[in-house]
Amino acid sequence: MPAPAGPLAIARPFRFQWEPAQDCHVLLFPEGMVTLNDSAGRILALCDGSRDAAGIIAELLQQFPGADLAGGVREFLEVAHGRGWIAGG
Amino acid sequence: MGADGSPVAEPIAPSAAASTVPAGVAATRPLWLLAELTYRCPLQCTYCSNPLGYAGIQDELTTVEWVRVLREARALGAAQLGFSGGEPLARPDLVELVAEARRLGYFTNLITSAVGLDAARLDALEAAGLDSVQISFQAADAQLNDRIGGARTFARKLEAARLVKARGLPLTLCIVIHKANIHQVRAILDLTVELGADYVELATTQYYGWAKLNRAQLLPTRDEVRAAEAVAHEYQERFRGKMRIFYVVPDYHEERPKACMNGWGNVFLTIAPDGAALPCHAARDLPGLDFPNVRERDVAWIWRDSPAFNRFRGYEWMQAPCRTCPERFKDFGGCRCQAYLLTGDAAAADPVCALSPRHQVVLDAVAEAAAAPAGDPHYRNPANSRRFA
Repeated sequence: MPAPAGPLAIARPFRFQWEPAQDCHVLLFPEGMVTLNDSAGRILALCDGSRDAAGIIAELLQQFPGADLAGGVREFLEVAHGRGWIAGG
Repeated sequence: MGADGSPVAEPIAPSAAASTVPAGVAATRPLWLLAELTYRCPLQCTYCSNPLGYAGIQDELTTVEWVRVLREARALGAAQLGFSGGEPLARPDLVELVAEARRLGYFTNLITSAVGLDAARLDALEAAGLDSVQISFQAADAQLNDRIGGARTFARKLEAARLVKARGLPLTLCIVIHKANIHQVRAILDLTVELGADYVELATTQYYGWAKLNRAQLLPTRDEVRAAEAVAHEYQERFRGKMRIFYVVPDYHEERPKACMNGWGNVFLTIAPDGAALPCHAARDLPGLDFPNVRERDVAWIWRDSPAFNRFRGYEWMQAPCRTCPERFKDFGGCRCQAYLLTGDAAAADPVCALSPRHQVVLDAVAEAAAAPAGDPHYRNPANSRRFA
């Protein structure tokens, strides 16, 4: 399922947050939790309803200038959308 | 684990972009905190997971004590919080506790019979930051639902489920399955579809406490289980991506034990109404374990250092055949409560396992239940609690 066009945001019922005890970001949902690795956490942190996929990639390129990350980010956003973690604005 | 004694099907689901929950003892965290706020409950379900002697335990933690427990567990990394019981709505301070839990960063789940969940209460809970609601149903129609629960609740449950959906809150419906309602699995799933449930737990009865007392009346036959399973799988396929259906494997009919609690003292922490800290809500009746109380010790000591939480951690405590079994890393030797209830030894292999030298007791129980005349079960209520404890 391709990532939707338009601004991306975390979708209900998921809640995205930083867990100090685990030193990572997680997605919480009813009676469950997805522990996110560093890349997934950085991408989902930008899914705050203010950027579309291109905007997220641009923001990450600011953080990692010259990195070859566009393909990987789009792929992750597709997976995240397929799992219902994010939705379009 | 619900208000009516249902277990939780999928506790913590690490996945995909994810590393799994660490198995090393030093790295364990009580990711799942079950706060049993009270043993009071308007229902009388014959499979309730509360201890048989619950009526004698009335010294409930105060609001201040619960707030301290929530803070201490959160500092250890607890992220999922279930407010359960008994019926948690019986506590007048529930809204206050939800607000504090949400402020601390918990994902808060209300696990309820729905008795007491009217529009005003739900508004207050939502404003306090409640994240999700799990409502139990006992059956697909009023007559059977109300007979199994020993109280007229069906209409209220329907109304509460609709109120939850109308607010856009995630709705989980939990139905404990046993001999009296297993023939209704299709009708039950149709009801969950009609109510727009986001998650459904078909929770096969686990035979502890009240359910063990009433096992002959509750335990379905193998044929009944297989038929129900087929329906559950059909609906899982049909509603993939729309409604998530968890089907709890009926372990009496299996050859391998469940990975109970994902391992003793590994991810689960239950705090009972009087402050007793348990690695599992059914563990209270295990003999020889001095379960610590949050009134006397902080949660960090309880989790990391208490003898009770370390008793069955890891693999060193195991006996044959578990000790050398390659599957011990997957099932942790099964359930300690079941081992005790069925063999008298909490450190034995769970006799559900076909490799257990005591497996015959499970086969005998299944045969006995299939042959048993349908006698009357014992309802979970204060009078019976005093009688059977």
